[in-house]
Amino acid sequence: MGKMIFEKSVPGARAFSLPVSEVEPEQVFQTIPEKLLRKHLPALPEISEVETIRHFTALSRQAYGVDTGFYPLGSCTMKYNPKINEWAARLPGFTALHPLQHEETVQGALQLMYELDCMLREITGMDRMTLQPAAGAHGELTGAMIIRAYHREKGDHSRNIMLVPDSSHGTNPATANMLGFRVVEIRSNERGLTDIQDLRDHLGPEVAGLMLTNPNTLGLFEEDIVKIADMVHGNGGLLYYDGANANAIIGMARPGDMGFDIVHLNLHKTFATPHGSGGPGSGPVGVKAFLEEFLPVPLVEKNADAFHLNYDRPKSIGRVHTFYGNFGVLVKAYAYLKTLGARGIREVCENAVLNANYVRQHLRDVYDIPYDRPCKHEFVLSARRQKLESGVTALDIAKRIMDFGYHPPTIYFPLIIEEAMMIEPTETETREQLDAFIHSMRMIAEEAKNQPDAVKRAPECTPIRRVDEVKAARKPVLKWDEKPEAIA
Amino acid sequence: MKVPEELLYSKEHEWIRVEGKSVFIGITDFAQDHLGDIVYVEMPTIGKSFHAGDVLCVVESVKAVADVYAPVSGSILEVNGNLDTEPERLNQDPYGNFVAKMSLDDVSELAALLSPDAYRTLCQNQEKES
Amino acid sequence: MAYVPNPPAVIEEMVRSIGMNKVQDLFADIPDAVRMHSDLNLGEGIPEMTLRKQLFALASKNMTVEQMPSFLGAGAYDHYIPAVVEHVLSRSEFYTAYTPYQPEISQGILQAIFEYQTMICRLTEMEVSNASLYDGGSALAEACHVACDVTGRSRIILPDTVHPHYCRVLQTYAMGGQMKIIRTASRDGTAHPDAIMPLLDDDLAAVVIQHPNFFGNLEEHIDIIGEAIHKRKGLLVMVVDPVSLGILKPPGALGADLVVGEGQALGIPLSFGGPYLGFMAAAGAYMRKIPGRLVGLTQDLDGRRAFVLTLQAREQHIRRAKAGSNICSNQALCTLAAAVYLTVIGPQGLKDIATRSHALAVYARKQVEKAGCNPLYDRPFFREFAIRLKDPREANRRLLEQKIIGGYPLDGAMLLAFTEKRTIDEIDRLVATLGGCCHG
Repeated sequence: MGKMIFEKSVPGARAFSLPVSEVEPEQVFQTIPEKLLRKHLPALPEISEVETIRHFTALSRQAYGVDTGFYPLGSCTMKYNPKINEWAARLPGFTALHPLQHEETVQGALQLMYELDCMLREITGMDRMTLQPAAGAHGELTGAMIIRAYHREKGDHSRNIMLVPDSSHGTNPATANMLGFRVVEIRSNERGLTDIQDLRDHLGPEVAGLMLTNPNTLGLFEEDIVKIADMVHGNGGLLYYDGANANAIIGMARPGDMGFDIVHLNLHKTFATPHGSGGPGSGPVGVKAFLEEFLPVPLVEKNADAFHLNYDRPKSIGRVHTFYGNFGVLVKAYAYLKTLGARGIREVCENAVLNANYVRQHLRDVYDIPYDRPCKHEFVLSARRQKLESGVTALDIAKRIMDFGYHPPTIYFPLIIEEAMMIEPTETETREQLDAFIHSMRMIAEEAKNQPDAVKRAPECTPIRRVDEVKAARKPVLKWDEKPEAIA
Repeated sequence: MKVPEELLYSKEHEWIRVEGKSVFIGITDFAQDHLGDIVYVEMPTIGKSFHAGDVLCVVESVKAVADVYAPVSGSILEVNGNLDTEPERLNQDPYGNFVAKMSLDDVSELAALLSPDAYRTLCQNQEKES
Repeated sequence: MAYVPNPPAVIEEMVRSIGMNKVQDLFADIPDAVRMHSDLNLGEGIPEMTLRKQLFALASKNMTVEQMPSFLGAGAYDHYIPAVVEHVLSRSEFYTAYTPYQPEISQGILQAIFEYQTMICRLTEMEVSNASLYDGGSALAEACHVACDVTGRSRIILPDTVHPHYCRVLQTYAMGGQMKIIRTASRDGTAHPDAIMPLLDDDLAAVVIQHPNFFGNLEEHIDIIGEAIHKRKGLLVMVVDPVSLGILKPPGALGADLVVGEGQALGIPLSFGGPYLGFMAAAGAYMRKIPGRLVGLTQDLDGRRAFVLTLQAREQHIRRAKAGSNICSNQALCTLAAAVYLTVIGPQGLKDIATRSHALAVYARKQVEKAGCNPLYDRPFFREFAIRLKDPREANRRLLEQKIIGGYPLDGAMLLAFTEKRTIDEIDRLVATLGGCCHG
């Protein structure tokens, strides 16, 4: 096993030095009270440049990205990250801008944000966007804040319940809870869609809104969406769109046309910005005109040919980010949308949905598919047959998929499916790749039946095998502990 | 699945042992089995009062979190300090390791609890549903 | 161009293999009323060669801190980023990967985050660090939420020496009703005990102290304030500048319970405000209460050392409505930048950068006073200070004419920040123009 960076530290090794000082450093210590000065240097590693590069290069080779291989992680939309977008985001004209520079010096950046706002409005059918939220969950938080602000503004302080489907992503109820809402789950019906009667039973004067994903986390389109919107609005509530599954409908349908009042998008999913091992993402929020006054400050506006930041928004919920959001991520989404154009967007959607159905069609005889009908960009299969027959679980199958060289699909989500595996191929995969994955999944189903131990022992071809998560949680060790040498 | 005869049970899979004016509370064999390896128990504060049905504390496994509810109204007299360093005791011996001891402020609340038979039936029905 | 790799003939075959005639049949379940019948009004896609030119032109419309020196700080700093950092970040296994939920194929990512967590702990002298939050402002909001959760109380004392944008973010997050934000005025540019002590009561969850504070001033009474807070069983939440920790006593040694800050200065470009890096560190007692991902050390089946995301039962995908925070994606790639940066510059490098930044600020302050400008406060400071100016915006206009990006305009003042990138020549030119504004 490779060493920790700290174990590679050699006293006196250096990878960095500043130009010769033009000023006297000793003065510094006379201007700061002694009691506020550090006594010892922080215990950071001392390493040369070559060893630093080798260390992190070695670490990168024990990682798996979309560039490494197929990544059918349902709900995450692991599509290919185009490299021209990476180039764009690294232009000094974008990276070397301080957020507090005078507006006239950053017109290019403001123009990009404004144009992206306009493009996203068109795609979602909403009237105005904020680009400030730094992730999808951050967008959900912003949206829930707008819902709160809307009801308060109307003097309605009884709206303390938020409805979410029982198939919802964990961020939906967690978001609602952060805003002090009580969360009530709406059942899914036998078709896997929102149970209209259950929704009707739960609507009332205390309901602030309903948070929905469409298609839902089963990859199924809410056919009754217009009726649902009418019901929620008729009850005086707002309808929120969780855009995690936007890849299934972009260019084909718009949440704004379905009756949604607030929308968030995940740029790191639908709009091909890289996932970065867990971030940074970006979660722009769009609203209908009647909610625009609540959007966070500032908003980018255009006057004739000049762009400026508008802070004069008295009803705004405030700020959710110190500055304007993850601008560097916005650049990538902008470049992506410019590359796609209207027709490209439609192509993305059609092929995302085609690829998911292709995989579903070729696995439905060997795995249970609880809602076995044409899906959108993802579908959920259940390993309950395998569990019954030989005790092989979704977890075991996921681990075995790694032995075949792939990242596994999402497992145990949504919660309403037993032994769930959510597969989202995305549109950027070839038929050959899909066929190879299908073949592997079929082989694993075969193994589950005839050699279940091979699956239960998995993975065996990876750098490490299954880890002791119980030990990690019972006796957490969250940092490297060695006696740091006190360096004067 | 063990269901000792001398205890009372709640719908939320807690067991209750009455001792005079106080009760010992723990989680059942069914509960620990469904949670999996328990990694942490967030204990209630001694002295704090609860109504029947309030959330007393939280039990965590690697992949799940479960609320432990107060089966009766009362205040916390004692907590099981062993669970701090050895939460796995709840898996190994759920009935031999209580979570908390509460005062029994209203004896009539015991009537709402389940007998061992009623609890066994509840568990069987839940297993059927899943 | 949609990055769809299958040619039309293959797509057609695939459609037929699933029993459909055309791919649009897969959208039959979308009601006609909401289905789009024409393309989006977005025009044609642009080929890469053309797009490259357009993007370059757009970027060129901006004036950058590489083209002219900048004295802007106020939460984002123009530090030098070693080439190694960008190089490591370009490894596509890192940047095209998802969150490392499958440890068997993600040990490299998990180890990098674990090393980051360790470095933050060592820098701040706190016991536990998470794997990042969105930025300094939202990290502060999350920390205050933890303080309320842990104490069961609701009052957060917020001096106006804390970055105004952080204060705004905190007030926005307080909309949920669980936190009551109590503002208090600064005294002579610092968070003075006289202003804070009277506000401490039995509903105190936390006091927020930024050090160095928004004005660049050092807080000299943290020990007194901290003691008073702890007597009331409240928490001390400190907001710190990671570069300052190269020479300043770390918050762990000052009695902080929760520490947050902006990690942008650790190898992350200014990038017009994001992506940045919210770091959070805490006393060990709060390990199970802090939000965000945590990487822990364990073993695999065969006894090999292994890293894994742990204590996930705190997070939204398990706790759902009972989670303290909804955070899912964080700023993972930025934590990698910070880990590489701190590795490259090392302990001596961090000290040198902090020393150099401050030494240049000390020089600048002397020069600015000689030129007839008065500093706003007469307190010990670190690398940033404010000077009185009747019209800071006019001053910045004049500075821009001299190809200098001036400091951050305050009410009747300008906040000037200094990093190791600044030179004596640049500072002299800054002072020459500012001198004119102080008298003019």
